[in-house]
Amino acid sequence: MDADLARSWLAAMAAAVTAERDRLTELDSAIGDGDHGANLDRGFTAVRDALADDGSTTPGEVLVRAGAALISKVGGASGPLYGTALRAAGRDLAGAAPGPTEVADALTAGLDGVRALGGAAPGDKTMVDAFAPAVEALCAGAAEGADLAAAARAAADAAAEGARATVPMRARKGRASYLGDRSTGHEDPGAASTALLFRALADAADRAGEAP
Amino acid sequence: MKKFLNSADSFLDDALAGFAAAHPGLSVDPATRVVTRAGGAVPGKVGLVSGGGSGHEPLHTGFVGAGMLDAACPGEVFTSPVPDQVLAAVRAADSGAGTVLVVKNYTGDVMNFRLAAELAADEGLRVETVLVDDDVAVRDSTFTAGRRGTGATLLVEKIAGAAAARGGDLAAVADTGRRVDAASRSFAVALTAGTTPAAGRPGFDLPEDEIEVGVGIHGEPGRRREKLRPAREIVRGMVDAVLDDRPVERGREVIVVVNGLGGTPLSELYLVYGEVAARLADRGVRIARNLVGDYVTSLDMAGCSLTVCTAEDGFLDLWDAPVDTPALRWGV
Repeated sequence: MDADLARSWLAAMAAAVTAERDRLTELDSAIGDGDHGANLDRGFTAVRDALADDGSTTPGEVLVRAGAALISKVGGASGPLYGTALRAAGRDLAGAAPGPTEVADALTAGLDGVRALGGAAPGDKTMVDAFAPAVEALCAGAAEGADLAAAARAAADAAAEGARATVPMRARKGRASYLGDRSTGHEDPGAASTALLFRALADAADRAGEAP
Repeated sequence: MKKFLNSADSFLDDALAGFAAAHPGLSVDPATRVVTRAGGAVPGKVGLVSGGGSGHEPLHTGFVGAGMLDAACPGEVFTSPVPDQVLAAVRAADSGAGTVLVVKNYTGDVMNFRLAAELAADEGLRVETVLVDDDVAVRDSTFTAGRRGTGATLLVEKIAGAAAARGGDLAAVADTGRRVDAASRSFAVALTAGTTPAAGRPGFDLPEDEIEVGVGIHGEPGRRREKLRPAREIVRGMVDAVLDDRPVERGREVIVVVNGLGGTPLSELYLVYGEVAARLADRGVRIARNLVGDYVTSLDMAGCSLTVCTAEDGFLDLWDAPVDTPALRWGV
């Protein structure tokens, strides 16, 4: 992954969030307060603007800058959580063109940052339920020598599967937790948007045709 | 949706512009969205800052002024402010004596204020946080994000604000705020859902003959839905929910707030207050002070919340101390 790929990843995420804005809002209206689509759309639009001519030369710098933009633009819980994920990943990612293993390690650091800030564990019906299996798949792919595009596709599939798996869960963190049993039967909006983030990475890596 | 709007996107900025025009004694920075006392930080006084999603007016902007908040940072509707915004409020409120942040216990607020407190500490500013978590509708904090911060926020801001005005130091003001939170419990009932300008339709569906018992101030669901019943029976359940969670000994004095959620007439709130007073009298609890009106709202939600705060040492004296804000004013 180089700085351009990091930029195109986040641009793809911004486009995906805009396209899926209404679905995210609908999911959030069912078990939250119905602003997830609008908040993420505002946030990733700010990310795209911040990265338009930012002069970053490494993917780590791009991710840190994107994370800072999310934290300062979104509010709510999703801004600090996504912002922390990208900043923590960016700080971990050294060099101008790190390989799949380094990217997997960086996103592991991102996941750790999310868990430290939000305190959520797998099974709590949060973004962690998509993020954790995605990172696991990314690490496994990298360990088997897959290129970034292939590893990211596996991660995107795992994230989507993880998001679907939140449907029967009972929320234990965030606003949905107040619903108790009434939170079951709905996909968690944070897990759904995390699935978009990993799909955007796979799509961007595919387009870049990155070699292992 | 029928609302007074120019556009949903400009709702908050337009409302803040009007707030600024109405209250020349306050200063509203449209760029940072921070509301402060026009004179700036009071030398030597501990600063008091609060904020949170908009839509709960007069909370928090309406409580900026002498004897209460030094600065407020309103976020988007029902969305916590961002850390930069909280930091701007801390800078504006800090006179060198440190700043107390009053934070309602919601996941987003807790995270953004925590990040802001870290940024402030990086700048050498001393910050203490008081977390408000008074809503007894949330019973099991092991399996939830914990009790929500609601009506007691007003009591914390008033009483800690008076402690700061009297020259309390940072630790003492924060301790006062925490004691008020610990002594307070709230419970709310919704008759209808509120509508955010962005969504354009009610936040949840509630059948014509049902009420949400234990509702949160963003329309979060409560303990259960019930059929609408006579007010006396609904209020009895509210008083008992509050007192069962934190019993008040017979003969103790309390401060009671019957708070409208935005869409309930004052006449109904007084009716509710009458029932609250009767039920508390039955249980031997003495009301020393009360407030009835819209203070911590949820846009246009019909319904009300009840907050009972046991009047511990010094609370009533601090409650009676002068306050001069858009929404609370006495003794001046």
